[in-house]
Amino acid sequence: MSDTPISSQLNNDYKFGFTTEIETEAAPKGLNEGIIQFISKKKNEPEWMLARRLKAFQQWQKMTEPTWANVHYPKINFQDICYFSAPKKNINKDKKLEDLDPELLKTFERLGIPLTEQKRISGVAIDAVFDSVSIGTTNQEALEKVGVIFCSISEAIQKYPELVKKYFGSVVPYADNFYASLNAAVFTDGSFCYIPEGVRCPLDLSTYFRINAKDTGQFERTLLIADKGSYVNYLEGCTAPMRDENQLHAAVVELVALENAEIRYSTVQNWYTGDKEGRGGVYNFVTKRGKCVGKNSKISWTQVESGSAITWKYPSVILQGDNSSGAFYSVALTHDYMQADTGTKMIHIGKNTKSTILSKGISAGHSSNSYRGLVKVMPSAEGARNYTQCDSMLVGSRAKASTFPHVESKNKSATIEHEASTSRLSEDQLFYLQSRGLGKEQAISLLVNGFCKDVFKHLPLEFSVEAVKLIEMKLENSIG
Amino acid sequence: MLKISDLHVRVDGKDVLKGLNFNVKAGEVHAIMGPNGSGKSTLSKVIAGYPGYEIISGSIQYEINGNYQNLSELEPDIRAKEGIFLAFQYPVEVPGVSNLIFLRSAFNAICKHHGIAEMSEDKFTKFVQEKAKLVEMSDEFFERSVNEGFSGGEKKRNEILQMAVLSPRLALLDETDSGLDIDALKIVASGVNKMRAPDRAVVLVTHYQRLLNFIVPDYVHVLAGGRIVRSGGRELAIELEQKGYNAYL
Repeated sequence: MSDTPISSQLNNDYKFGFTTEIETEAAPKGLNEGIIQFISKKKNEPEWMLARRLKAFQQWQKMTEPTWANVHYPKINFQDICYFSAPKKNINKDKKLEDLDPELLKTFERLGIPLTEQKRISGVAIDAVFDSVSIGTTNQEALEKVGVIFCSISEAIQKYPELVKKYFGSVVPYADNFYASLNAAVFTDGSFCYIPEGVRCPLDLSTYFRINAKDTGQFERTLLIADKGSYVNYLEGCTAPMRDENQLHAAVVELVALENAEIRYSTVQNWYTGDKEGRGGVYNFVTKRGKCVGKNSKISWTQVESGSAITWKYPSVILQGDNSSGAFYSVALTHDYMQADTGTKMIHIGKNTKSTILSKGISAGHSSNSYRGLVKVMPSAEGARNYTQCDSMLVGSRAKASTFPHVESKNKSATIEHEASTSRLSEDQLFYLQSRGLGKEQAISLLVNGFCKDVFKHLPLEFSVEAVKLIEMKLENSIG
Repeated sequence: MLKISDLHVRVDGKDVLKGLNFNVKAGEVHAIMGPNGSGKSTLSKVIAGYPGYEIISGSIQYEINGNYQNLSELEPDIRAKEGIFLAFQYPVEVPGVSNLIFLRSAFNAICKHHGIAEMSEDKFTKFVQEKAKLVEMSDEFFERSVNEGFSGGEKKRNEILQMAVLSPRLALLDETDSGLDIDALKIVASGVNKMRAPDRAVVLVTHYQRLLNFIVPDYVHVLAGGRIVRSGGRELAIELEQKGYNAYL
């Protein structure tokens, strides 16, 4: 059967592609020590943080861009990027969210993230990051009552220096990799949260990242610490306007789980993908890693990656505490000319540590979608267990799917299982469902839900509804 | 109910149906027989609306609410909603979607189209359990993904179950007997026989007359070279069994 009808391309109805016209204050393009000092000064940082930044910058200058990922793009000119951009008006932490520039409030409302009191989504505290700054964090009072700290990282550096000094860089060191070093030098904003011992965080915590300014990189830095016996559910969302130029988002996210603590981290990533010819879009080069420091601790990453021109992202877990467990649940959708190289690393150090990897890749159009994973069992990880399942679904005949699973086991008592499959969302499947009376949209929805079901069930309810809709909409457009 | 006149259909650049005429009235059971490659499957799929099958000339008229309508103007799901059902020769696997959810989604979509209230989940499950008895399928099938890991016989029985649940006016059975052992064939045939009704027509597409021992057709047609070259009653099938298709090649 000919596949021409399948490959009719995505309409550009990325509904988050608008720009906000707002007066900004930006650093000149380019990267040098002066720019780093500028950023640090803008954020009123203490001397020790500036010193850390400069050390990372020196490290970065010695490093070269990684080329091992299965993605292709023209060389990035790091001197042609703006490293700091912030709205001029009203970015004052002491002011109420209601007093923010109405343009900003309107922007977040259009994104479905109302920040003002009367319109807020119940049960969630939100930190909203616009370009290089956090513009506000909701529900802080409610969290303070139970001792939970949730604020921007910039604020945390000033208010909670001891916590930041202790944990910042403890999971992703400044010399970890090219983009992590760059981030450690120029990071601008992101969220900080600390859940005290024994506290079950009463609200879901959420950060929403928005890139607006042209030619500006966003260098998110997020640090999440769950103290002994605590629990937190964290959600992250991302969007950017449609621009012909590529934008860089190089984030570092660190999670720390102490004894008996549990962190559930979910992302719906919907950065602008570029147009149907592959022009523009966000380069999403991200280092996300969690460390199960304490015994019986748990970290899970659930991600729905549906945006970005290029994704390079491996949310990982270091299983240091005995009996700790890590999980990675992922749906990655690529269409048109998108490229994704994503997966995870599970490093087993403690005894009886357990990890689960469930990856679902959907590739449509001319896109390329790779799963890359590492399961490493250290000699000390007696009784470690891993289960990995990677499934790929191809839509049309020009899309590519690859898997690069790596397993290194240095302990004979480890149990490692790996399953993989590749299937094709075919016109035959669509026709079969349609011939039973299901409309095309419903048929696609059923097929995709069936394929991603095992991952979606790990998302918080409101996120899973959004994720399902997002994937359906994008696929519908890709199938034509 | 169905009027096909002078139908020419092209598949992958090749003319497969070349001036086919075929009429079906409510209550009738037709068998379409013919050698391999004669266009039998193409005929059933083009009625159901398979994408990529190009109608060059001629028409397929189907009666909806007393008026004949050109089927090529309707999407496959609308045809299904208007009572056309194709039991596939090779039923498709739908991983991760349970049979019950699949059936319910389809059933509700059809109800909605006709402005009929949907059945509650409980009531629907009981309804399906009742229908499943027709093809001797147990409840454990309901939670399994559609056709995934099903044996050939199970897939075919599942097609008949879907037909029983969706209750079409025009049922097209494409080589439903292929790959079935005699016990499975009897189950499938009895399922189809129980669905014979004055307001329902059945078109059986088959290479072998074996199926027709169990589902006795009112009319038998020979499809060869993209046209119906001979029509008759039950006895024609028996003649074909004895003499083969050589005369029509």
